[in-house]
This record gives sequence, C-alpha cells and structure tokens, in this order.
Amino acid sequence: MPATPLLLRLSQPLSLDGGGTLPDAQIAYQSYGVLNAARDNAILVCHALTGDHYLAGPHPVTGKAGWWDRMVGLGKPIDTDRFHVICANVLGSCMGSTGPASIDSENGERWGMRFPVITIGDMVRAQAALLDALGIDRLHAVVGGSMGGMQALVWAAHYPERVARALVIASAARHSAQNIAFHEVGRQAIMADPAWAQGDYDPAGPGPAKGLAVARMAAHITYLSEEGLTAKFGRQLQNRDAKTFGFDADFQVESYLRHQGLAFTDRFDANSYLYITRAMDYFDLAEEHGGRLADAFAGSAAVRFCLVSFSSDWLYPTAESRRIVHALNAVGAPTSFVEIDSPFGHDAFLLDVPALDAVVAGFIGRSGT
Amino acid sequence: MIGLRPDLAIIAAQIASGSRILDVGCGDGTLMAALRDERGCDARGLELDPTNVAAAVARGLSVVQGDCEADLSDYPDGSFDYAVLSQTLQTTARPDLLLDQLLRIGTRAFVSFPNFAHWRVRLSLLWGGRMPVTRLLPLAWYETPNIHHVTIDDFRALLGARGIRIDGAWFLSGDKQTSAAAANFRAEHAVFLLG
Repeated sequence: MPATPLLLRLSQPLSLDGGGTLPDAQIAYQSYGVLNAARDNAILVCHALTGDHYLAGPHPVTGKAGWWDRMVGLGKPIDTDRFHVICANVLGSCMGSTGPASIDSENGERWGMRFPVITIGDMVRAQAALLDALGIDRLHAVVGGSMGGMQALVWAAHYPERVARALVIASAARHSAQNIAFHEVGRQAIMADPAWAQGDYDPAGPGPAKGLAVARMAAHITYLSEEGLTAKFGRQLQNRDAKTFGFDADFQVESYLRHQGLAFTDRFDANSYLYITRAMDYFDLAEEHGGRLADAFAGSAAVRFCLVSFSSDWLYPTAESRRIVHALNAVGAPTSFVEIDSPFGHDAFLLDVPALDAVVAGFIGRSGT
Repeated sequence: MIGLRPDLAIIAAQIASGSRILDVGCGDGTLMAALRDERGCDARGLELDPTNVAAAVARGLSVVQGDCEADLSDYPDGSFDYAVLSQTLQTTARPDLLLDQLLRIGTRAFVSFPNFAHWRVRLSLLWGGRMPVTRLLPLAWYETPNIHHVTIDDFRALLGARGIRIDGAWFLSGDKQTSAAAANFRAEHAVFLLG
C-alpha cells in the first residue's frame, strides 16, 4: 500500500456555504486497492474530527496502524481486494489538506483566523471535486463514523446520484445543544490560552498546547462511557498507595486524560480544532429544509442506507440515528438500522466490535452489486 | 419457496412479483430474502433483536431494528403493498392497535398466529387444568412471550368489530394445510390476509 500522501490542488476555487470561495484549496488523500475498469468499485471513507487520510497499513509519520486498519484492508470488512478505497483529509484540517495553518496563496501569509469558517457541506464539496479529478462519477459506498457519518449523510443528501450506499456509524444529522456545549468548552480552553494569540501563533512551535490539551481532555470524556471509564479506571490511584491531599494526578483517570491531552497537542493544530468543531456545530441537515429532515433526503430514495449506533454512545445517541431512520422511512429509502450493544461509548466505532464488522461487510457487499 | 416455515410459505405463495413488502418481526430476513430473490419484491423489515438485524443486513436486506408497537408509526400511510406479521401478534401489548398500524402502512396485511383453541390446547387445559405446553407453544406460562393468547374465532371477532375485511384465510395442522371447516378446533396455526 502506498504511504506517500497523494495531493490534489483543486483547479477551481471552492465555493463555501458561508459565502465566498477558497482559492487554491489542496486536498491530501490516500487510496487503497485498485479502481476497476468500470470505475464502479470506489468507496469513500470519511474521517472524524481529528482523523486523517491514513486508513489502513502503517501510518507514514507515527508508524502505527492507520485509524481504521481493523476495518479496511485485504480480507477485512471493507476488502481492498475488491474495492478501491479512498480517504481524503477534510478541509480545515492540519494533516495535509488546506486549513488555517496553510499559506494563503494570495498574500503568502498563513491563514490563521482569517481562514473562512467552513461547514461539513464544504468538506463534502471538496471531496466531490477530488472525485471529479479522479474520474470517479459514482461511489459504491460512502462510509463514515462520527463526523465522517455527517459527511456521508451530506453526500447522500446533496449528491444522491453519485452514491449507491451510505453507511453512517455513531453519528447524527445535527449537533445537539449538548454537543455544541462540549465543543464550546474546548474552544474556550484554546482561546483562553495566552499562547493562542488570537490564532496568530507559529504552528511549528508549541502554540496554545495547554488550551488544546484541556480541549482534548473534555472531548475525550465524551468519547467514552461511564461504564467504560469505571471498568478501566474506577477510583484506582496512579502509582501511589494513598491520596496525596494535593492536586497531582492522584487518580488513574486523571493521569490518563492528561496523557491523552498532551499527546494530542503533538499531532493537532489548535486553530484547525476551532474550525472543525465549528463546522460540526453548524451541522444541521434539516435546517435548509425548514427543520424537516425527510425533505433533506427527498431525492435520496434510491440510495441504500445503513445506520449504526452504539448502546453506550451518549455523544451521538441511538435516538439521533432513529431520527434519521424516521426521515428515510418517510421518503421510502431502503434503510437498515442497528443499535450495537457495546460498553465502549462513542469510540466503539474505532474499536474491536465484531458485530460492527459483520454489519459493515454485509452492507457493503461485493463490488458491482 | 422451498425451506420456508409453512406459514411463511403460504404468505410467499400469495404475494405478487415486484410487490413492496414490510415484514414486521422479520427475524433474520428469511422470508424477505426469498421474496427478493424469487419474486423481485422490494422487501423491508423491522426486527427487535439486534443479532437478527445484523444477520439480515449481512444478507443485503434493509432491516431496521425497532419495536413493532413503538416504531411502526414512523412509516407513512400506504407505503407498502403488504405488511406481514408472522407469529408476533400474540406477543404484543395491544394487538388491536397493531392491526390498525399494519393496515395503515400496507394496502393489505398478512397476519399469522398460533391458535389457542386447537384441540390439543383445549385438552391440555380441560384435563390437565394447566396452561398448555405444545409444539407451537413450547414455553411455560411464566416465560412465554405470548402474552395475548388468541383463537381463530377471537381473531375473527376482533376483525368484525373493527370492520377489517378478510381477503383470505389458511389453516395449518402439523405443518400441513387443513380445511377451514372447524378450523378453530382443528388448526394449530392460522394465516389471514386482511384488507
């Protein structure tokens, strides 16, 4: 599998939901498996908030397995022996596609907070431009978990003629007040860090690492479940026999969160975090249809849908998936939905959940069918 | 339709090619797959058990995990040619309301259920004085999912009271079809087509 990132500079300015256009946008992507002669075996996988385009095989920077290595590869549920699997880094990210840490070609300066506020729809528009450039008219499937699921929903709603199947895992058709609230905590943590400097920090330096780490700690809690946290940490102390009556990380769960926060700052840009969380908060597929979600899928009745939720996911709970199912039933789209019993919270879509593998493999099926 | 459970085989035999079907309580999708593969039907399913849903999705079927008493209200009026409810009616809290939902969503509905007035059940109750445990009702009273035991005559009375038309009725005894004569005594199992 190729490990060098593939890059596409969009030939046209990318029009944005917030108005205006983004010139010279660059999309970093990766592909696995061979595109067949009929060009009908392509699957687009959309990544989540802090993900990247390295789905499978060893990551060229970290050396670790790609974020969905357990799902994508030879003989895996999304089998690269049969399918040409593409994953593109989202617009606004810092993993290769154009984002706030990129240079504005018009003045040679870093975008920073002058970067336009983007939406999930803009991310998908950029992916559509990528597929145009790759000569792929129609996808066998678009697949995504969490924010990736939001992109898959937008694909099915905005480009139904280009999508045969949409697989939406642990996701929602809108951000709830609670979702927005947690993101706002994260953004405020970043912006309260003096090193953020109104976004005008040097991305090569530490930047607002303290704020970004706190943002990640808060977000990380939402990806887990109380049951999972209790099973993993309980009230166990970290490398000590007794409480210190101080404010060290006495508890294992504190130590774990601090580690998660710090490790995140090594790989992610704080401004990108602001922009992508904003895009998620702005996401409400029904909004442009007067709040009627079914109307968003009015042209999508020929797309096959599969929605998956996890019993312990309180970030995008089952009720959000059911709301989408309700809308899809109203338009008569062929729809499957299953709530998978898992103790792992929202992160279950990335973890070893065999029931998910069976559903993904079954829904994706074979190429050409 | 070789290999289908007898009540499902009767239902499958009556359904025209290319029909739109909602199989309520579709299990692992056996009937749906047969109708899709042999009749070119557009079959959708609703099923409570997630393992069954996963098995059906793995067959390429469109099945939603849900409860027929809570989630049928999500489906628009007249969206299917047939709604199918096999061996589920007697497990629901309000079978009467469920029938209304089936006929709201489907132009017609197939409903199959075990007949509680079959002679073996009657004998068991009459001579044993105990709730019957038979081939079609294999669980003891405290663990059976069948909370609303129903007889063929009870069912006909309910249909009459609600003004539901009977477009067909089939009766089974020992997995074979039996005549409509004295069906309430002789049939272990009934299949109704309602309109």
